[in-house]
Amino acid sequence: MRNLSRFVPALYILFLLLPIYWLVNMSFKTTNEILGDFTLWPREFTLENYITIFTDPTWYMGYVNSLAYVSINTVLSVAVALPAAYAFSRYRFLGDKHLFFWLLTNRMAPPAVFALPFFQLYSAVGLFDTYWAVALAHTLFNIPLAVWILEGFMSGVPKELDETAYVDGYSFPRFFIKIFIPTIAAGIGVAAFFCFMFSWVELLLAKTLTAVDAKPIAATMTRTASTSGYDLGLLAAAGTLTIIPGAIVIYFVRNYIARGFALGRV
Amino acid sequence: MGKIENQKAWFFVLPVLFLVAFNALIPLMTVVNYSVQETFGDNTFFWAGLMWFEEVLLSERFHASLMRQMIFTFSILAIEIPLGVAIALTMPRKGPWVPVCLVLMALPLLIPWNVVGAMWNIFALPDIGLLGRTLNAIGFDYNFTRQPGDAWFTMILMDVWHWTSLVVLLAYAGLVSIPDAYYQAAKIDGAKPFAIFRYIQLPKMKRVLTIAVLLRFMDSFMIYTEPFVLTGGGPGNSTTLLSIDLVKIALGQFDLGPAAAMSLIYFLIILAMSWVFYTVMMRNEAK
Repeated sequence: MRNLSRFVPALYILFLLLPIYWLVNMSFKTTNEILGDFTLWPREFTLENYITIFTDPTWYMGYVNSLAYVSINTVLSVAVALPAAYAFSRYRFLGDKHLFFWLLTNRMAPPAVFALPFFQLYSAVGLFDTYWAVALAHTLFNIPLAVWILEGFMSGVPKELDETAYVDGYSFPRFFIKIFIPTIAAGIGVAAFFCFMFSWVELLLAKTLTAVDAKPIAATMTRTASTSGYDLGLLAAAGTLTIIPGAIVIYFVRNYIARGFALGRV
Repeated sequence: MGKIENQKAWFFVLPVLFLVAFNALIPLMTVVNYSVQETFGDNTFFWAGLMWFEEVLLSERFHASLMRQMIFTFSILAIEIPLGVAIALTMPRKGPWVPVCLVLMALPLLIPWNVVGAMWNIFALPDIGLLGRTLNAIGFDYNFTRQPGDAWFTMILMDVWHWTSLVVLLAYAGLVSIPDAYYQAAKIDGAKPFAIFRYIQLPKMKRVLTIAVLLRFMDSFMIYTEPFVLTGGGPGNSTTLLSIDLVKIALGQFDLGPAAAMSLIYFLIILAMSWVFYTVMMRNEAK
């Protein structure tokens, strides 16, 4: 029984990897082979799909655009969430609980509900089809999440740390930057990870708020699929490339994942 | 724990308040605005009262989408939560394999949602997909683009593939926080594995499982991109979940009034159900 249960995670990981393998497999095939034969691995191994993506600006700019708005969003969300989370974890103030709950309700708002009003709002303020539009729109769900995670981590830091620093003559900004932020570095990493994750994977708002200049890679994929017929190899190659940034980010935070997913509150 | 009363803390919250208010209140007011007005497409609006709400609440189309949404959400919760806990229980607690397992398991969580849909589409196609081909080869008549049952099976399997890891990682975080001493004590008392699970592991996981159920409930209720890319809501309307239906009405047909009323009803349902989940689970915890 003990040995048998070892296989459960292994089987599960196998199940997770199968569709990914199939996508990668497709990306190295020629269109002829995809449509002609059913092959478990590429017989006529080709890099053509990847070469197309890396040489055509309408393709590779999609990656640049996505990474640009995801980065802006992550930095912005964490930066404004830090002081707010500190306030929630250290102080009582008028309406604090209501405000916290209201923030969290925004995490529950379906993007489909906001798609059209966001389009009108960002067109009205002249940000439509810029990185900023998507980055700002994604703060709707990322700021509440970042505040929630950071508040969890900050509440785990004893208040004596703050008091000792003030006794030692630190001013608040100096204390916050020099002592407090390094103390909760892991929490900041985890919050940034989640902001990156949810901004990177979201598409409905990103697609609605962009047309040409800031179009995310994921949207490029859907449009190409519908305009130039069904070029599955190219689609698979583009899909495979979208997995890589996520994989890199996970690798960097691998030691914090377990604690981070519990939002610091286990 | 004693927090200090300090009204100046509001200044720390202001940037967040400003940004979220800009993103949440203005669009929400737009939606409320549309939901009570009628337009004939020439940019003139008339007061329509609660007409749209009545229309949406009484329409069979909305009932059908809501029903499909409920079935979908409760199916994936019923599969992902127990499965996630089971996998977390069987995972090694220490050793070189832990980071490898965690990284591989987290992988699906970071794939853009439309890529998830496209990947499963390619994986499940009956002619060139590994899953579709295999199922047909072992004797199932499987075609998710034609048969509603198969479309549902694929959609649920895709969601299990996509999100079970979140439950695993949360449950695992709860498990590794249990001190070894608890297990040693249980061993001395001669506790059976089920007793260990029931009285040591489950209580320790309760808090993270609350988060898991809430997150999975909210996110599955809002799901749009993955099923849309996979099936497009079809065949027929058989996999048209609430968000897919809403986007069809709002951006496809441009019926702003009904779409806005539906948006508000939709949002309120999520809020109300999250609140119910949260209070029920917190009450259980208090006991």
